[in-house]
Amino acid sequence: MNKYYIGVDIGSISTKAVVIDNENNIIASKYLWTEGSPINATKKVIKELKEILDSKKINCDIYGIGTTGSARNLIGSILNATVVKNEITAHAIGTLSVFPDVRTILEIGGQDSKLIILKDGVVVDYAMNTLCAAGTGAFLSSQAKRLGVKIEDLGAIALSSKNPSKIAARCTVFAESDLVHKAQIGHKKEDLIAGICNSVVSNYLNNLAKGKKIEDRVVFQGGVSKNIGVVEAFKKALNKEVYVDSSSHLMGALGVAILSKNVNKNGGRLDFNFDIQNIEFKTIGRECKGCSNNCEIVSVYKDGILIDKMGGRCVKRK
Amino acid sequence: MRKKKYLVSFPRLGNYVYPIYAMLNRIVDKEITDILMPKEMTSKTIELGAGASPDFVCLPFKYNMGNLIESLNQGANFLLQAGGGCRYGYYAEVQEQILRDLGYDFTFVTLLEPEGLDVLKLYNKFKLLNKKLSFAKFAKEFLLAIDAIRVLDNVETYIRDNYMYEVKKGSFDKIHKEFLDEIMKVTNLTKLNLLKKNTYTKLKNVLIKSNTKDIIKVGIVGELYTSMEPYSTFFLEKELASLGVSVKRYTTVTYLLFIKKWKIKKHIKYANKYIKYALGADGTESVAHTLELIDKGYDGIIHIKPFGCTPEVNAMPILQKISDEKNVPIMYLTFDGQTSMTGIKTRLEAFYDMLVMKREKQNNVTTLTSVKQAKETNTLPYKKDDYEFQN
Repeated sequence: MNKYYIGVDIGSISTKAVVIDNENNIIASKYLWTEGSPINATKKVIKELKEILDSKKINCDIYGIGTTGSARNLIGSILNATVVKNEITAHAIGTLSVFPDVRTILEIGGQDSKLIILKDGVVVDYAMNTLCAAGTGAFLSSQAKRLGVKIEDLGAIALSSKNPSKIAARCTVFAESDLVHKAQIGHKKEDLIAGICNSVVSNYLNNLAKGKKIEDRVVFQGGVSKNIGVVEAFKKALNKEVYVDSSSHLMGALGVAILSKNVNKNGGRLDFNFDIQNIEFKTIGRECKGCSNNCEIVSVYKDGILIDKMGGRCVKRK
Repeated sequence: MRKKKYLVSFPRLGNYVYPIYAMLNRIVDKEITDILMPKEMTSKTIELGAGASPDFVCLPFKYNMGNLIESLNQGANFLLQAGGGCRYGYYAEVQEQILRDLGYDFTFVTLLEPEGLDVLKLYNKFKLLNKKLSFAKFAKEFLLAIDAIRVLDNVETYIRDNYMYEVKKGSFDKIHKEFLDEIMKVTNLTKLNLLKKNTYTKLKNVLIKSNTKDIIKVGIVGELYTSMEPYSTFFLEKELASLGVSVKRYTTVTYLLFIKKWKIKKHIKYANKYIKYALGADGTESVAHTLELIDKGYDGIIHIKPFGCTPEVNAMPILQKISDEKNVPIMYLTFDGQTSMTGIKTRLEAFYDMLVMKREKQNNVTTLTSVKQAKETNTLPYKKDDYEFQN
């Protein structure tokens, strides 16, 4: 029987999951919205993976589970994961399995953006946006709503523009007021949308890529890589070919699945049940009274039994 | 208890509060003065401190403010502040003014002069707390405190270098804690020497792994306060240790007070490819130490600074160039009053993974040089003579 591995990437906006086989082929994948509830999103995503596997008539044994993304610790304890990894490593590993010669990974997600520089298949430098969500998916989706356009159509509309509007790139608030102003003086909608896509790119390059050398091959991923307008803007700004894989949004999940495979090289089959729909997971957050730091401690209960405690700076956890 | 005239307090800085507290205890007139140990740092400290500070001032100012306000609220009325090279030199005056504006009543004493340490002036300041204090007595106690700090630095440096190699987890922590309890009680040089001898023996007896070549080594360079006050960096060094990293840092009080002055020319000479003159505050050290650590074969460097620290901002482009040319990753962390450490954790984890991957990649290429290197690193990564073990 073949060995299979699961990777789950739980971001702030979307949850991604893949099942891979021993050769790193994606057997099943699912992408859905987190909607503020990582636990429910995970239950749903696991259920749908199972449905895909069933429809392909694959009865699979799971040999590894990995989690990544901002809710990786929580979901890691819920799924009893064998690997819990940060997004940067997961993305690098995932991308390397598709593009072994990648030198630069541009990644723009819902709330954050990353730049990963590799050399000879090894991460040598990275940057992550720090203070705000300017120039990320959240900005694009709020502006799409303002303009009354579906976020999925944003890219195609941007490409139809012949004369993109200039939109400020430093800060979302300035970008938004720029946008309102340009709209009110009569700029066309497609020009505005192209302007937004350009501003995402220049924000990214001005903030994250400052002082870093971007070299071929450049791979772009994360949810925003599905926006063809942003991809074209990157190509133009970098004057380089920018590669977007058809599963570019799944790279984090793929990477962490591969990592779980590497960890479980000699290990046995995991006792994993796809049927977690009906298990009740409850998290209780409270403030630790150990000292005046008042750290927030999150306790995770599975059917009423405590399975994990997270948070806090020390081991007191009262 | 009868209320005494003075209740003395001071801002915290790592574990240096213990020898400082002990020294004050020895030189003040107990009839009129008590010493108040500043409260342990919590999120309340930074909340109070940031609330009373200008928004864009650097982070140590805010922590100092928090410490002082907490002490004032406990009744302190005699505050000490150090003063130093960069913006730190202005802390005392500004803090005193802000605290007076907030309505507190206290005596405020700055220990260091703008030019640095002046023992005679310092003596006159401490005479406020004890009229009968003779210069001989002051000098004796002051030197004892300096010695205690030196011992403390030696012990902590040894622990930092070897923390990752202990066979039984917690051995070093236990010795460290015992040592800190004892150093408060030291009253003379004989006792200090005894404590030093005992602690060194205990440290040497801790079982250390013999195979240390797989352990990732990271050097920490940067601004002094964030280097020495673990709370301000979310216990960065402990966090690295929990990932399995051996940590090296040069910046200590001993270094700043006694070694820095003599080394600065050497540093500039050592790093003359990158710097031609001193960068101010600890910027020169950041550059020279980075080079030194890279030459010693460290896997990566973490550069830390408070938000808005100008000398370190000056050092950063130079570090970027070094990182580029020497092909050694440097991560830059900036700290302010933020209380969530998730972001830091993610970055540290990624940095660690990156160093491990790089190391593995290097080891795959088994050339003669790498075999030779492996043999060399198989022994302990430091020289025993780095520490003053005489017995």
